[in-house]
Amino acid sequence: MVATAPSEQLAEQLRAVVAEACSEPETEVRNLRRLTGGASRETWAFDAVFAGDAERPLILRRDPPKVARAGDAMRREATAIEAAARAGVPVPKLIAHGSDDAALDAPFIVMDFVEGETVPRRILRDETYADVRPRLAERCGEILAQVHAIDPGEVEGLETPDSLGQLRGALDFFEESSPALELGMRWLEQNRPDIGAARVVHGDFRNGNLLVGPDDIRAVLDWELVRLGDPMEDLGYLCARCWRFGVVERPVGGFGDYADLFRGYEKVSGQRVDPELVRWWELFSSVWWGVGCMVQASQHLSGNVHSIELAAIGRRVWEQEYDVLLYLDGRGG
Amino acid sequence: MARGVPSTAELVDALGTFLEQDVMPGTEGRLSFMARVAANVAATVEREIVLGPAQARGHADRLAALGFRDDDELAQAIRAGELDDRLEEVVEVTRRNVVERLGLWNPRYVEPEDAGLILQMPARDPGAPESNTPGKGR
Repeated sequence: MVATAPSEQLAEQLRAVVAEACSEPETEVRNLRRLTGGASRETWAFDAVFAGDAERPLILRRDPPKVARAGDAMRREATAIEAAARAGVPVPKLIAHGSDDAALDAPFIVMDFVEGETVPRRILRDETYADVRPRLAERCGEILAQVHAIDPGEVEGLETPDSLGQLRGALDFFEESSPALELGMRWLEQNRPDIGAARVVHGDFRNGNLLVGPDDIRAVLDWELVRLGDPMEDLGYLCARCWRFGVVERPVGGFGDYADLFRGYEKVSGQRVDPELVRWWELFSSVWWGVGCMVQASQHLSGNVHSIELAAIGRRVWEQEYDVLLYLDGRGG
Repeated sequence: MARGVPSTAELVDALGTFLEQDVMPGTEGRLSFMARVAANVAATVEREIVLGPAQARGHADRLAALGFRDDDELAQAIRAGELDDRLEEVVEVTRRNVVERLGLWNPRYVEPEDAGLILQMPARDPGAPESNTPGKGR
C-alpha cells in the first residue's frame, strides 16, 4: 500500500517537522506506513527515534496533496484537539501541525500514537473489551459533556452550519429521489425543535471514532467536523441506528443504553437531556448517512476512484431508508 | 434429463461462491474484506436477476395505487407537503417498497417483524427434471 518514492520523501520532511517540534535535532523517522486511504484525509503511522534510541510512536494526519481545499480546516482540527485536551477530553497529544503546504505538501497534524481499538465490531464482540463495554455509554455521556464545555473562543474557524439546510442541499445534489428519505426530511421539518445555546460539538462522535482500551475510552479521534451547534446532535448521532453495527438493541453505539449515556451526560454537565431532541437528531443522522452513502458511491460512479467497496456503499442507502421508516414508526430506539 | 448450460443467475452464483469459499479464506486483511464485499455484490446481482422483475412490478403497482407513476413524483409530492394529510398511508406503501428492495441487497438487515415482506429466492433443486429455475444454494 505504501508507495516507496513518495514515502521516502515524506519521511525526510517529517523528520524535519518532528525534530523541530520536539527540539530533538537527531530525530530519525522509521516504519512510516499508510494506515488508511481515505478520500478526505490520509493517516500514517511512524516511529520517531531520538538521540539515545528513545522511540516515540506517532501518527500523521494529512490532507491529500494537490487537492484544492476550502478554509483552514486543519487549524480548526488542531486547535479543537488542544482545547479538548484542556477540557479533560481524552485525545492524543498534539505534537505539530501545519496549515499550508510548506512542510509536508499539504496541511497536517502530527500526534502521539495511542494504543487501542477503533474497529466497531471488535469493540462490540471481542473478549478483550468485555469488561469495559458496559461502561462505555456512561463514559460517552461524561466525555460529551466535557466536549460541550469547551470554550468556543479556543477553537479557530468554528462555523455554525444550518444542519437541515445543508442536508436538503446534499439530497438535492443527487439525481435519485427517495420517498423514504423525503418522508424523513418532512418529519424533521415539521418537528424542528427549538435549539438552545450553540456549543462546540464534535460532529462525528460515534463508535469507530473512539479509541477503546480494555480499561476505558483512551481517545476521541477525528475532529474534522467540529463545529458550533446543538449539543444534543452529538448524543443523537452516537445513537443513530447506522452506528450500532448490528447490535440494534443497544442504542448507544451498539454497546449501551440511553439511560447510561444520559446519566453520564447529566452528571458532568448538570443539564437535563431531552430524549425527544436526541431522537430528532437520530433520525436526522439516518437521513444524513443515507446521503453520505450516495456521496461515497458517487466517487466510484463519477470515475474518480474505482472501488467495489464504494460502489457497494451506494446500495446501503436502502438500509438508511429502512432505518428512517423505523424511526417514523417509533421502532427506531 | 440433465442440464448443461448455466443461466446468468447460476453464473453469478458460481462467482459469489468462488469469492466466498476460495478468495476470502486464501487472502487476509483488506483483500479478504474486499472479497467479502464482492461476494455480497455477487449475491445481490443474483437476487436481482431472479427477484428483480417481481420487485419492480410490485413497487410500480403500489405507487400506482397511491396515484404516482414513479419515486420521483412521490418524493416531490412528499416534499411539497401535498401528502401531509395521508402520511400514514404513504409511510405504509413506502415501507413495503423499501423492505422489498432492501431484501435484494441485504435481507438480514430487515427486522424480524418485517421479514415476511421480503421476496424469497426459489429453493434450488438441481436433481429435479426440467428444472431451469435459477436459485440460491448457499
